[in-house]
Amino acid sequence: MEERSILREYKPAKEGKIPKDISELTEEEKERLKFLGLDEGLQRVGEFVQVDAKPVLCRRKVEGLEILPITEALKKYDWLSDYYWKLLSPDKDEFTKAAAEDLDDGYFIRVLPGVKIVYPVQTCLYIRTEKVAQKVHNIVIVEEDAELNLVTSCTVHPHVESAFHIGVSEFYVKKRGKLTFSMLHVWGEQTMVRPRTGILIEEGGLYVSTYVSLYPVKDIQTSPICRLTGKGARASFVSIIANHPGSKIDIGGEVWLEAENTSTEIISRAVVYGGENIARGKIVAKSPKVKGHLECQGLMLSDNGIMRAIPELDSHFYDVELTHEAAVGKIARDEVEYLMARGLSEDEATSLIVKGFLTVKVEGIPPSLQAQTDKVLETAKLGF
Amino acid sequence: MKPILLEVSDLWVEVEGRLVLKGISLKIPVGETHVIFGRNGSGKTTLLMTLMGFPSYKVKQGRIYFKGEDITELPPYERAKRGIGIMFQRPPTIRGVKLRDILKLCAKENGKKIEELARLFNFESFLDREVNKGFSGGELKKSELLQLLLQDPDLVLLDEPESGVDVENLNLIGQMIKRLLQKDTPHRPRTKSGLIITHTGFILQHVAADLGYVVMDGEIYCTGNPLEIFEAIQRFGYEGCKECLRRKMLED
Repeated sequence: MEERSILREYKPAKEGKIPKDISELTEEEKERLKFLGLDEGLQRVGEFVQVDAKPVLCRRKVEGLEILPITEALKKYDWLSDYYWKLLSPDKDEFTKAAAEDLDDGYFIRVLPGVKIVYPVQTCLYIRTEKVAQKVHNIVIVEEDAELNLVTSCTVHPHVESAFHIGVSEFYVKKRGKLTFSMLHVWGEQTMVRPRTGILIEEGGLYVSTYVSLYPVKDIQTSPICRLTGKGARASFVSIIANHPGSKIDIGGEVWLEAENTSTEIISRAVVYGGENIARGKIVAKSPKVKGHLECQGLMLSDNGIMRAIPELDSHFYDVELTHEAAVGKIARDEVEYLMARGLSEDEATSLIVKGFLTVKVEGIPPSLQAQTDKVLETAKLGF
Repeated sequence: MKPILLEVSDLWVEVEGRLVLKGISLKIPVGETHVIFGRNGSGKTTLLMTLMGFPSYKVKQGRIYFKGEDITELPPYERAKRGIGIMFQRPPTIRGVKLRDILKLCAKENGKKIEELARLFNFESFLDREVNKGFSGGELKKSELLQLLLQDPDLVLLDEPESGVDVENLNLIGQMIKRLLQKDTPHRPRTKSGLIITHTGFILQHVAADLGYVVMDGEIYCTGNPLEIFEAIQRFGYEGCKECLRRKMLED
């Protein structure tokens, strides 16, 4: 109930100062969006940008790919009702309820059967007005034998202090389809964030998710639920978090292995400068002959923070392989001294070690997206 | 007279509350390589670590001068900037940090070419590996020496460069050290100096040294021709040093 009252403190995003199109944004805003991937210099096959409640850019450059604002897609395709609120329930919590009652739009992306799209599609959900709550609903469908690389950047105006983002996402990966989903978050120190994500992967499908949040934020709480329903389906989740003083970040991830030979890996790396970090992960074996691994590593850089690792393995069969490893610790002194002997100050050495710790090579992710994640890591201030 | 690059004067050092070095004094002129012999635990590594300035090595008494400047209180990175480089005996693995990343840091001020040097010593395939992770004994040494070659220090501190290295690689390690100390170009004046710790002395077959010391129980027990010292240690062991008449005469 307390959180609901928090949501009431925010204005509807529809009351925001929404520009007609992207060219009306200030240079400073454009620079921030560019940093997050909305960059002419990067090869993109499609783009979608939503400012507060309204999509301001929606285009695709290749055949076999559809990108529409979700409100338009729902009008255009009757069949979309089979996908809308099917992996998540509006009654899940007050945030899903709020998104169902007063939707501000979101994206619909579909890749037609057999179409393999190499270059990424970039989406950006941007809040530019102070004290608004943005509520989006996204649906992604990767049809049979299709492939999509999707990057979503979420951010606020550089001078917006306080905002609320609710993002409902439903992702469908059909037979032998492949979806890589990279989410880069650069929120403000007073931003509240509630992503609500459901994922369904059919036989032989692959889903690779990378979540990166390295900047201060007030409060993020999310726990995607991913169901692997067909034989041989795979899913991997990587989250890379820098937890700053005053931030509360609670990232979960629940994978249900529902068919034989399905497998999953949930990896989390968090550096805690302060605030509260919770890394949850849960793997549920609902079929024999499945594999799952949970890995959670935390690096504490301060005594004024909390790091909590909560791994959970849940099996209903004996012929399964579920493992987890979790470790929380500090930076090793000998590593800092080693780098200092090469000419780095203590701060520079710490920053490099932290960057290394947060560098996770994600299998299945295209090099251009890896490069973008690396760039964000490079730019984030990771020393003291 | 060659100018003095490093001067250590009456150095007393404590590690974790235990006195390890007890009044070490030595001078290394520009262009000379000195070598320290000693048993495990005699204080050799402590001396190198203190020269590099690591904080757990506490100087209780004495001074360290480098290029005439008192560096006793300087942190390691300031010493590195002034031209001191160290080869670690057991360097740590740094997760997610590639050898190339570190080489870039080492080379940042002198613009030396990373690829070129790595190729020269057949180490290119290691550039994009996590630094020191899963490296063999010889590979660790090569990684260390490559970092130093790029850093290009005026004083090189080498901690047991031959330990854990097979015979085949020892030759290559020797070549790298020679290059580091400008011993590969005999007709040019040398500006680089070295201080090498050796437990076995075998590195002397690859790298010539100008002066040798025997360190025992935190003190310099003997100074002299490094090959003669090595020979004596091989024949009589460090026990022999205790019986050394020359030293007894000096003491008298």
